[in-house]
Amino acid sequence: MVSDTPRVLVLGIGNILWADEGFGVRAVEEFHRRFRVPETVTVLDGGTQGLYLVNFLQEHDRLLVFDAIDYGLAPGTLKIVRDEEVPKFTGAKKMSLHQTGFQEVLSAADLLAAYPEALALVGCQPLDLEDWGGPLTDPVRAALDAALDHAVDILAGWGITVMAREHPIADEDRLLADDIDFVSYERRIA
Amino acid sequence: MGLQTPNGFNLDNSGKRIVVDPVTRIEGHMRVEVNVDENNVIRNAVSTGTMWRGIEVILRGRDPRDAWAFTERICGVCTGTHALTSVRAVENALDIKIPENANSIRNIMQLCLQVHDHVVHFYHLHALDWVDVVSALSADPKATSQLAQSISSWPLSSPGYFKDLQTRLKKFVESGQLGPFKNGYWGHAAYKLPPEANLMAVAHYLEALDFQKEMVKIHTIYGGKNPHPNWLVGGVPCAINVDGVGAVGAINMERLNLISSIIDRTIEFCEMVYLPDVAAIGSFYKDWLYGGGLSGKSVMAYGDVPEHANDYSPASLKMPHGVILNGNLKEIYPVDHKDPNQIQEFVTHSWYKYPDETKGLHPWDGITEPNYVLGPKSKGTRTNIEALDEEAKYSWIKSPRWKGNAVEVGPLARYIVGYAQNKAEFKDPTEKFLKDLGVPVTALFSTLGRTAARALEAVWAAREMRYFQDKLMTSIKNGDSATANTEKWKPETWPKEVKGVGFTEAPRGALAHWIKIKDGKIDNYQAVVPTTWNGSPRDRQGNIGAFEASLMDTPMADPNQPLEILRTLHSFDPCLACSTHVMAEDGQEMAKVTVR
Repeated sequence: MVSDTPRVLVLGIGNILWADEGFGVRAVEEFHRRFRVPETVTVLDGGTQGLYLVNFLQEHDRLLVFDAIDYGLAPGTLKIVRDEEVPKFTGAKKMSLHQTGFQEVLSAADLLAAYPEALALVGCQPLDLEDWGGPLTDPVRAALDAALDHAVDILAGWGITVMAREHPIADEDRLLADDIDFVSYERRIA
Repeated sequence: MGLQTPNGFNLDNSGKRIVVDPVTRIEGHMRVEVNVDENNVIRNAVSTGTMWRGIEVILRGRDPRDAWAFTERICGVCTGTHALTSVRAVENALDIKIPENANSIRNIMQLCLQVHDHVVHFYHLHALDWVDVVSALSADPKATSQLAQSISSWPLSSPGYFKDLQTRLKKFVESGQLGPFKNGYWGHAAYKLPPEANLMAVAHYLEALDFQKEMVKIHTIYGGKNPHPNWLVGGVPCAINVDGVGAVGAINMERLNLISSIIDRTIEFCEMVYLPDVAAIGSFYKDWLYGGGLSGKSVMAYGDVPEHANDYSPASLKMPHGVILNGNLKEIYPVDHKDPNQIQEFVTHSWYKYPDETKGLHPWDGITEPNYVLGPKSKGTRTNIEALDEEAKYSWIKSPRWKGNAVEVGPLARYIVGYAQNKAEFKDPTEKFLKDLGVPVTALFSTLGRTAARALEAVWAAREMRYFQDKLMTSIKNGDSATANTEKWKPETWPKEVKGVGFTEAPRGALAHWIKIKDGKIDNYQAVVPTTWNGSPRDRQGNIGAFEASLMDTPMADPNQPLEILRTLHSFDPCLACSTHVMAEDGQEMAKVTVR
């Protein structure tokens, strides 16, 4: 069933402490920093929460997710995957590095009759997942702009217009703070 | 070759070697190897964390007031517990006192996390070791309804309810979508439940999935958001203003009432669904009392949930504190986290390097320097190990020991200590549970006992949430709305060099963080997590850790389908993700089992 005004979840998943593993969270953080969204849209830093995210799926009709994926492509390459391609079950190889967790979220949502009516994944090929405590690598960082463009297009296709913020986001409105926001987290490395 | 360990286990690695890699349905990456004798009984067990990195690398040089935000990101499960442990460590180092209200709110958040984790662990990670989902398809809904009503007055129990659920499940399974139920050895001989009990458990699996979102609202309200709630050195970040209105800002009466109602429903769910389910499942498995391992010998609990703010003495801690050694329940030793001779980590069998590996290091002086070398008897290559050599280094997990002793930590350890202390709130429900099951008290030292202790503890923790919510309300009514102490917020007010320790009971066991602060920045940070205690490799003396001990002497129905191994390991709620992520080669694959 297609909703008239779909509630949309814009979700970033990954572990910011593992270099390019943090792509999904950094992408959603940056998305939130740049854009204002209508009230029907929730922007969420899902971290590595796995199954606990199912409740956010229950509360929304459509899902846009940022995540690091391994397709064996050149580092920083983006890949957009839609609907049933985002596999609910295994068979596909290394679709997402959180596949175990995230596939379980989707099938659990299905069991609870809360499977998203539309689903899009903005994936990015990582370069380095082993650098514990390290930053995003250059090719992945360079892909952020294009990843956000894709997200804006996908949302537009769903009839949702996001607006660039006129003013820089206030500190207390940031998605991540307490020294783990993008800039602070990476300042020592830079 | 037979070998007796100093902690009383007879190891024999001459039989067939079975490798389970990875151990699935856990956080993080873990592998286990066992040797079985000609009767398929486990005679040697080798447990290894295949990846481990310390948080200390990241935290050095950071602001101690932000350490909690990093530790909250270590893994997706214990988020809040790590954050709480972190702020306690910093407060301990800087001698910062938090207000009573902050203590109550922190306790509620910590207890909520305990209940939430226990419920999710049981239904979504562990129940499938006892419950055969496919068998549920052949259950009679009417008989299921009778069974459900015989064990609890929980209202969702009509024949129609179970019939609908069965239809949904059937559709799901027939479409080839086993989804969350994928990793199971359906039809395995070690499954003992009748179809009706299986169907009831699957129904509660879904109810738990739906209900857990109510519980986390407590974190959303007191922590400002969820996932990743906020914490604060010096108290809690939420302000209280009972007269406030609207959705933004301080905690008002409306939100306090919402929390109160969630607490009531949480108590109800634990009492009427979770605990009865564990008892019902247990009644079919009471002849399967394997998996006790170290629990009947040596256990440790740090204690948690302070009655009084800033008082972390055993008398103030409502969750049991103490160490029991060699099965002597008459003597309970206190733990001093600051004593360099009590808690020490050894690396004799871990892939790390110490200047002198004959000695252990106290966490304040901890070193995490990788040293990946395989023993001469290992098989395979460095990137594809076929069999580990447990006489050499074989795990990324260090071996923490209390005064040289390997101990088990977790809900069962806490209940054994509480029982030994003759505390009625722990002893009575435990005795009742075992008596109703018709098993002796010693049956507690088992995989089933570990699973039961977790359910009993969920009930206890839910009721304690009620206690602290009432305490908070009384305090607010008496005009106290203080939630934070910012006196020593500024680093200029801190001594040049200090150190501290913070401890908690994470859902899966004793957790502590040790911190050294120098010139306002973190100089050293070490976390010793519960799975490090339970999953530790052998130490220099040859003592085996809790995971390894728990597998000893367990008979396996079919070594190619190691259900018994998974059941016992899952009963610890292992979490190796305290630093790592899972990158399964083929996604959600079944554990690969190799028999040699």
